[in-house]
Amino acid sequence: MEWLDEFPTLGRQDLRDLKKAIDLSFREFSRAYGDGIETFFDPLLYFLVWLEKLLINTPWPIIIFVVAVLAWIGARSWIVVGGTIACFLVIGYFGMWEDTMATLAIISVATLLCIAVGIPLGILMSRSSRAQAIVTPVLDVMQTIPSFVYLIPIIMLLGIGKVPGLLAVCIYAMPPIVRLTNLGIRLVDKEVLEAAEAFGASDRQKLFGVQIPLALPNIFAGVNQTIMMALAMVVIASMIGVPGLGRPVLRAINNQYLALGLMNGLAIVALAIIFDRVSQKFGARLQKHRESGHGA
Amino acid sequence: MLDFKSIGKVGTVPDNNVSTIDKDTTLDTKVAIRNLYKIFGSNPSAMVDRVEKGMSKKDLLEKHGHVLALTDVNIDIPPRRIQVIMGLSGSGKSTLIRHVNRLIEPTTGEIVVDGQNVLEMNQNELREFRRHRASMVFQRFALLPHHTVADNVAYGLTIQHIPKNEALESSHRWIDRVGLAGYENHYPDQLSGGMQQRVGLARALATDAEILLMDEAFSALDPLIRTDMQDILLGLQDELHKTILFITHDLDEALRIGDNIAILRDGAIVQKGTPQEIILNPADEYVSDFIKDINRGRVVEVGSVMDDTKPESGPTIDRFVVVDDALQVLSKAGTKKAIVTENEKPVGSVGLDALIAAVAKPKVGTARSGTYR
Ligand SMILES: Nc1ncnc2c1ncn2[C@@H]1O[C@H](COP(=O)(O)OP(=O)(O)O)[C@@H](O)[C@H]1O
Ligand SMILES: [Mg+2]
Repeated sequence: MEWLDEFPTLGRQDLRDLKKAIDLSFREFSRAYGDGIETFFDPLLYFLVWLEKLLINTPWPIIIFVVAVLAWIGARSWIVVGGTIACFLVIGYFGMWEDTMATLAIISVATLLCIAVGIPLGILMSRSSRAQAIVTPVLDVMQTIPSFVYLIPIIMLLGIGKVPGLLAVCIYAMPPIVRLTNLGIRLVDKEVLEAAEAFGASDRQKLFGVQIPLALPNIFAGVNQTIMMALAMVVIASMIGVPGLGRPVLRAINNQYLALGLMNGLAIVALAIIFDRVSQKFGARLQKHRESGHGA
Repeated sequence: MLDFKSIGKVGTVPDNNVSTIDKDTTLDTKVAIRNLYKIFGSNPSAMVDRVEKGMSKKDLLEKHGHVLALTDVNIDIPPRRIQVIMGLSGSGKSTLIRHVNRLIEPTTGEIVVDGQNVLEMNQNELREFRRHRASMVFQRFALLPHHTVADNVAYGLTIQHIPKNEALESSHRWIDRVGLAGYENHYPDQLSGGMQQRVGLARALATDAEILLMDEAFSALDPLIRTDMQDILLGLQDELHKTILFITHDLDEALRIGDNIAILRDGAIVQKGTPQEIILNPADEYVSDFIKDINRGRVVEVGSVMDDTKPESGPTIDRFVVVDDALQVLSKAGTKKAIVTENEKPVGSVGLDALIAAVAKPKVGTARSGTYR
């Protein structure tokens, strides 16, 4: 009855060998393909660097003006626009301008990447229950696995730098947009879709004329969540070499600088709130006329 | 194709039968539904045999887990007429009408439109068929909520890649035609149910399809609005002469609108005929249950109860006058017999007793037609 008292384990030696084998083969893999994969992501790197430089080199009044205009387009509210301008002024006044621009750059690129990959993936899932069955568990893993765990293979493969940081952010931030695109399209009123079909709409016409437009509020809610989650990853991304507001926070942790950590942390919060308010107002406007009204 | 003037000429059959609503007339058939079976479930074709041998809907569901939605449905729909399909909820009406434009594939059977089997069409042909030859109006309107009224009505045309301005021009005409002028830029959620269904109707008419499929199109509306919509439809039909398949569970509506009525029960046709035939000779309990509460005096026409003797004198009554009005004529004239006319020419006579008998409820199962199964 020995197996009752002691859990039947693999055996210390075997376990060590197994781990070693996995590590070795991955190391081999990254030695063989690491460079290729890095080149593959080069365009992304150039884009990120270009955007970062653009944001940092543009005179601050112009940036604030553009941000204010974007806030107005999104929210159509003077309160939101005023709050946005105030936040950016305070951020600049406390010397966090450059880091904020770097953070904006990586958040923007990460969001665009998530949209470019996530929306088509969500559409695919909505059209095939098989695809949904395969992708859903992957998304679950992406959302729940501790970020530090997937940082290891990413660093092994791509080293320290902006691209691995960007990938780490995307892995964490992409699931909501995929899920909500899929959900949004699946929730489109069956009868409206049937009407399109009855009038002879092709699959394309149904997708772009009915399903996506009607799923837009949900898709947009996904974009909003993706941005929020990307912002939440800023500090972790800084650990592997992404510039931005995360870096001073890391420094503050290491040296117990309370004020530094607090200020930069609040700057991240300010960005999050601005994004959220603007996109919520925008989402509410999208919502209008998108739910079928049955009588009244 | 979008020429407004051509609309009145739509239809391939010369219109020389308009006043004859007799089901024995040999009009050709616009839409023929033949031996149609529809079974929902994991292996429907394996169930056809059992159903053909007479297994009931209930048994099929309990023993084999399949839903029998339609059993051996046969209907010949003449062109330019309104064919009503009536039945209680769950009797298979929606399933049946969706076979005509193949939104639902049959388990076995044929749908022949203008001599062409819809089931043999490939994807492209089917799409063209839906774009140009059969359009549909839905019970819960099914408008595109993110499009304006004008764009909704133009939807069928935009799908056909007709230039935007041309499509909108036609859309405006149809909006006008259903009495919604001025609402072009409203969104569906800004309109009442009745107005939304006018949009649905205009959208279906805008493609100029000869066949109009209406699945309980007015059932979701308040009674008064429903009557309005029936008037609009009948007004349009006077002019456009579409072949209309109209689904309803409401007998008054069926009698008011239908040139022909087919009654569906548990997926099978119980009776087919003109409104007059169905009221005078209900095929079974199910049908007579349906018609038991109607005011027969306001529905049965003199032509349906007359005989062909032709008395010399007496008041004259047109054959399409309803019994109530005929009784009034007789009591005013103080006689017991009247001459029945059609187009001012005498075609028979009707007596007081026949009129009174018509108002009384009929015996069940007196139908002579072979449609009863
Ligand atoms: N997709 C489906 N799967 C299984 N059963 C169905 C399906 N669609 C309809 N049915 C069944 O077929 C029968 C007829 O339904 P339907 O045509 O909607 O009736 P109606 O329109 O007359 O109310 C019902 O018993 C219904 O439950
Ligand atoms: Mg129905």
